[in-house]
Amino acid sequence: MSGPHMSGKGVGLEKSPPVKLPNEPTITPQIVAEHGLSPEEYQRVLAIMGRTPTMVELGIFSAMWSEHCSYKSSKVWLKKLPTKAPWVIQGPGENAGVIDIGDGQAAIFKMESHNHPSYIEPYQGAATGVGGILRDVFTMGARPVANLNALRFGDPAHPKTRHLVSGVVAGIGGYGNCMGIPTVGGETNFHAAYNGNILVNAMTVGVAPTDRIFYAAAAGVGNPLVYVGSKTGRDGIHGATMASTEFNEDSEEKRPMVQVGDPFVEKLLLQACLELMATDAIVAIQDMGAAGLTSSSFEMAAKGGLGVIVELDKVPMRETGMNPYELMLSESQERMLIVLKPGREELARKIFEKWELDFAVIGHLTDTERMVLSWHGDIVGNIPIPPLVTEAPVYERPWTLTPLPAVLDAAKVPAPKDWRASLLALMSCPDLASKAWIWHQYDHLIMGNTAIRPQDGDAALVRVNGGHKGLAMTSDCTPRYVQAHPETGGRQAVAEAWRNITAVGAKPLAVTDNMNFGNPQKPEIMGQFAGAIMGMAEACKVLDFPVVSGNVSLYNETEGRPILPTPTIGAVGVIDDIAKSVGSRLTQAGLGIVLIGETAGWLGQSLYLREACGREEGAPPPVDLAVERRNGDFVRSQIIMGRVEACHDVSDGGLVVALAEMSIAGGTGMEIGPPAGNAVPSHAFFYGEDQARYVIASGSADDVIEAAEAVGVPAVLLGYSGGASLVVKGLLSLPLSDIKTAHEVWLPGYMSATE
Amino acid sequence: MKAAVLVFPGSNREGDVAQAIELVTGRKPQMVWHGDGDFEKTDLIVVPGGFSYGDYLRCGAMAAQSPVMVEVRKRAAQGVPVLAICNGFQIVTEAGLLPGTLMRNAHLKFVCSDVHLKVETSQSLFTNRYQAGQVIRVPVAHAEGNYFADEETLKRLDDRGQIAFRYCAPDGTVDGTGNPNGSIRNIAGVFNETKTVMGLMPHPENAVEPMFGGCDGKALFEGLVEALT
Repeated sequence: MSGPHMSGKGVGLEKSPPVKLPNEPTITPQIVAEHGLSPEEYQRVLAIMGRTPTMVELGIFSAMWSEHCSYKSSKVWLKKLPTKAPWVIQGPGENAGVIDIGDGQAAIFKMESHNHPSYIEPYQGAATGVGGILRDVFTMGARPVANLNALRFGDPAHPKTRHLVSGVVAGIGGYGNCMGIPTVGGETNFHAAYNGNILVNAMTVGVAPTDRIFYAAAAGVGNPLVYVGSKTGRDGIHGATMASTEFNEDSEEKRPMVQVGDPFVEKLLLQACLELMATDAIVAIQDMGAAGLTSSSFEMAAKGGLGVIVELDKVPMRETGMNPYELMLSESQERMLIVLKPGREELARKIFEKWELDFAVIGHLTDTERMVLSWHGDIVGNIPIPPLVTEAPVYERPWTLTPLPAVLDAAKVPAPKDWRASLLALMSCPDLASKAWIWHQYDHLIMGNTAIRPQDGDAALVRVNGGHKGLAMTSDCTPRYVQAHPETGGRQAVAEAWRNITAVGAKPLAVTDNMNFGNPQKPEIMGQFAGAIMGMAEACKVLDFPVVSGNVSLYNETEGRPILPTPTIGAVGVIDDIAKSVGSRLTQAGLGIVLIGETAGWLGQSLYLREACGREEGAPPPVDLAVERRNGDFVRSQIIMGRVEACHDVSDGGLVVALAEMSIAGGTGMEIGPPAGNAVPSHAFFYGEDQARYVIASGSADDVIEAAEAVGVPAVLLGYSGGASLVVKGLLSLPLSDIKTAHEVWLPGYMSATE
Repeated sequence: MKAAVLVFPGSNREGDVAQAIELVTGRKPQMVWHGDGDFEKTDLIVVPGGFSYGDYLRCGAMAAQSPVMVEVRKRAAQGVPVLAICNGFQIVTEAGLLPGTLMRNAHLKFVCSDVHLKVETSQSLFTNRYQAGQVIRVPVAHAEGNYFADEETLKRLDDRGQIAFRYCAPDGTVDGTGNPNGSIRNIAGVFNETKTVMGLMPHPENAVEPMFGGCDGKALFEGLVEALT
C-alpha cells in the first residue's frame, strides 16, 4: 500500500468531501424511492451526512437501513425474547448463536430465510440460502456438522408449485451435497397462502472448541482488512432491498438481483478458513452475506467502535468496468472479510493461494469511526459509522392482536363415515405424506455421524466427532395455528421443537428463530408478529429454551395477500450417550403402546378438520407450558433409563396418525383401543391435536405407567405392538402396506406428473 | 496396512474413508494433496468421494489429469491396490484405470439412500471377507452413478469375473427394483483385469458402525487389511 491511505488514523480523510464520479447521477426523489428509503428516512440521511450523499453512500444507507439488515420493524419486539441461560456463550447479534455442549465444545447454529430469491429463481435462491447460512456458522470457527431446511410451498394445484419444489430441493441438495455437510432434517408444508411467496428457511449447526470461537468485532487501529474468496461480480445487487418489499406482478423481472452460488468455491473457502483459524492470525472475521461488502465492513467496524478505509479498486473483480456502487452492494457469494493481526498477511495469503482463492488486502482499520471509501486515490464515500447505527430508523408500528377464535365443539365435527378411508386420506395429504422424495436428494449420511436419519425419529441426531455425545436438532412451526391465534401458535412452535428434541432422549438447549411474516405496515400483520413473539417468549422462558440467533423475513406478500404467519423454530439439544437415544420406528412385537399426556379431543385447526371436513376454523389447541415441561421431562427420563424402545410426539393429524407413522416406519403393526372409561368421542380422541403428548413403545409399560402416576403425568396403555396391520379395536384394521403406499406415493406422483 | 487417501479440491468423503480405515487398522492413513505427485509408498491408495474440482467439466475429468493421478497410474501399473469410491470411481474411469463410464442417474436426480448389493466374487483383495452371492446393505450418495460400458466390454467383464458388486433387492434378486441409478446390468462396482483396482459407487466407509448405518461395509476394509498386512 502507498499514499495517504497508509495513515492509520486517516487524518484529513474524514474532512475530504467525496468526489463525484463521471456519469454519476444527481440524487432525485425518484432515486431515493428506488432505494427503498422513505422521504423521512432520506431526511435522516441528509441530517447525518450534512450534505447530499453520493450514489454509493445512498446505496449504503439503503442497504443498511433495509428491513432485512436493520430489523427496523421487528427490533422492539425481538427484545422481548429470552436470550440467556448458563449454557449460552453467544446470543443474538453475532453471525450465529453459540451454546456450551460440555467437554470444551460448543454448538454454533442459526436459521436464515432466503424466501424472496427462492421464489424468483428457486435453484440459485435456495442454493445460496444454504451457502449463506453455512458461512454464518463457519465464520465463527465452527466446522458445520448438519443442515436442516424448513420449506413452505403453495397449493400443489397452483401452476408454479411443482417447478418451485423441484428447483428448491435441487438447489439445497446441489449446494449442501457438494459442501459435504449432511442435510439431516427439516419440514415441508403446502398451503395456498404461500402461492406467491414460498418460504425457504435454512439452518446450519456447527461444532467448535469453546476457546476457538471467532467474532466479528474489529480491533486494532492500522490492522489490515483482507478480502478472501470469490471475485466480486454484478450479481445480487440490492438483494437486501428486494427482500424488504412486497412482490407484485413484475417481481420476476428481479431475477438479476438473485445471486448465483458456487458450492465448490465455498468448500475451498471453508477449508481455507478453518486452516487460517487454526493459526493465531485472525482478529475478526465476517462473511459477506446480505448487502455484501457494505454490511460486513460496516458491522465489523461498528462492533469494534472503529473506523475503516476501504480501497475499492483493490477488491478482486469478476468483470471489468465495475464501479464503487456495484462493489459495495454486490451480493456475490463465497466471500469473507477478515481483520488480520499485523504482519500475518503473508501467512494468510499462502493458505488462500493454496486453495486457489482470491486474497487481497483492501484497506485497514482507523480510529475515526468513519467508513471512508477510496477509488484509485479519490475519496468516493465518507460516512460516519455511529449515527448510521444509532440513528437508524426503528419503528413501533401499530399492531392489532388477532382475537382468539371461538373454541370448536368436537361434537359438532362429524365423525368419519369410513375410518379406513379417512386415515389413508390423512396419511397421503400433502402436509403429512412422506417427504422421502425430497430428503433422498440430500446427502444425509456424509461424515458418518448420522444416528437418526430423516423420518426415523422426531429429531435428527448427529454424533459429535470423537465421542459418545450427540446433537439433536429439529425445525418446527404449525402455521395454521399461528394464523388462528398467533400467541398460541408461537407457544406451540417452541413447545413442539422442545418436544421433538425430548422424544429422541436429548435435553433441549436453545433455539434459533426464523420469523416469516407479511407486510409489517399493516396493523393486523404486525399484530401477528407481536402475538407470535409473546407466545414464543413465554414458552422459551418456561422451557429454559433461550433464543440464541435468528432472522426476520417480512413483506412476504404478493398483491396484498400475505403468507400464513410462520415463525419457524430451529432447535438444538444434546444427549451425553448417543446409545441411549431412541427413534420413532416400531420394530418389535410385544411392546406396550403407552400414551403420555391428556387427551381432551381438540379438533379446532386440526388436520382432520381441514382435510376430512374442508374447514379451517376454531381455536388452535392450547399449550400448557407447565404440563409440557412435566410430561417431556418424564418421557426423557424414561428414555434415558432404557425403558423406551420407540417414541413419537403426537402432533399433526393426532394420535392415530402418530401410531400409523411409528408402525410403517418400523414395519411392525399394533392392536390398540381407547383406554377404559374414555369419554372423548372416538374421532376426537384419535384425530384431536391436544398438545404435550407422546406415544412410547415399551417392554416395561407397567413400570412406565407406575412411574408416570408417581409424578402426576397422565399415562395409559393403549395396546401392544405386533402383526402387519394397524388395528384400532372397533374402528379400523389396515394392513401396513396399504398405509405405507398411501403415505409414500403422493409426492413422487405429484412431482412426476406433467400437469 | 499403510494407506494413502488422495485429496482433491472438492473431495468431501476423504474424512469418512480415513475414519473407516483408522477404525480397522488403528492408525490414520496418510492424506495426499492433489498436487503431490511424490507421496510416500503405501500398501493401498484410496481415491475418495466428493465433487473434485466441483465436478464442473465432467465428473472426475479434471482430477484424472492432476499430478497425483499420474503417480497413481504409475503405481497401479506396478500392482499397488487402488480403491476408488464414488467420485473416485469416476476419476479412475476417466484416468483409464477401469473400463466403462459413469453417466447421470437415469432419474436425473441426486440419490442418497441405503441400497443392497450382491457380492459377485469373494476372489479379490477387496471382497475376500464376503461370500460370493452375499447381500450387503450400504448407502449410495451420487448424481452420476449410472454405470455404462459397451456390450463387448460388459461381456469381457463378465467372462473374467471383473464385476465386484451389483445392485439388488434385499433378497438378492438382481432386477430393476434395487437399481438406484439405472446402471447397466445393475453394476455397482468393477475390477481391473488384475483385480488390484476396484471402483464402486456405494460407500462402504459409511457402513462400518452399528448405530450409523450398520456394519456391512466394514468387511471390505478388514479384508484389505488381511490381504495387505
